[in-house]
Amino acid sequence: MKTPLTSILLVFAAAFVGSFGSVFLKAGAGKLHRNLSTLFLNWRLAVGVVLFVASSFLFIAGIRRGELTILYPMVSLGYIFTLLWSKLFFDEPFTRTKLGGLALIVLGIVFLSLGNR
Amino acid sequence: MNAETLPTVQNEKPSFRFSKRQAIALVCGCTLFGAAAQILFKFGANQLTNLTLDALLANPLMIVQIIIEPPLFAGYFLYGLSTVLLTLALRDGELSVLYPVISMTYVWVTLLSLVIFHETLNPFKVLGLASIVLGVALLGRDGKR
Repeated sequence: MKTPLTSILLVFAAAFVGSFGSVFLKAGAGKLHRNLSTLFLNWRLAVGVVLFVASSFLFIAGIRRGELTILYPMVSLGYIFTLLWSKLFFDEPFTRTKLGGLALIVLGIVFLSLGNR
Repeated sequence: MNAETLPTVQNEKPSFRFSKRQAIALVCGCTLFGAAAQILFKFGANQLTNLTLDALLANPLMIVQIIIEPPLFAGYFLYGLSTVLLTLALRDGELSVLYPVISMTYVWVTLLSLVIFHETLNPFKVLGLASIVLGVALLGRDGKR
């Protein structure tokens, strides 16, 4: 069974939204101290959780039709966005190894698309 | 906002730590939980046949269906558990070892899909999977530890 393009796009959207979830969780984690109010009154963490839930809804909508052997590995696209945001928002450097990893992930997604038939 | 200006949790002494070996064992467990969660998500998603965009716009409360559908509920539970454990393991272990382990989740999900949903493989799918597993494993090589 061929996986429809809409399913693939929904999974990509889930990966994109989820990568923003990580950014907010990371920013929120930086504000955590040994005090429960820093956990529960932490708007950054709350936004992160909401984005993760939204991302999971998109993912579930995406995998309703199509194959998990195609769609699940495509979630790895999220790593690419996460690396981009890490550079933009947290000044984490790009390195050759990271770029190599990213290139392999993109190549993998291209191969999977070719295998989708 | 950059990393230097962010006060980090690492500044405070955590109440417990895993050894490197414990971290690896924990991450192995997480990949299995994580893969099982994806299979449950697929099971649950297959059952949401009446949940179309039109139906959802007419009755937004239908979104609750996603959470109360038993396989999805179980999937969320396993996924949440594996995410929390993974975060703890990543804090204490070596990323260059743990990332390759994490990337095995893609292999487990593929194998389980073949067995449970009778999906099929072809050379392009195998190349794609191998390339992604290698790529994710490489990402851990640049960790701070």
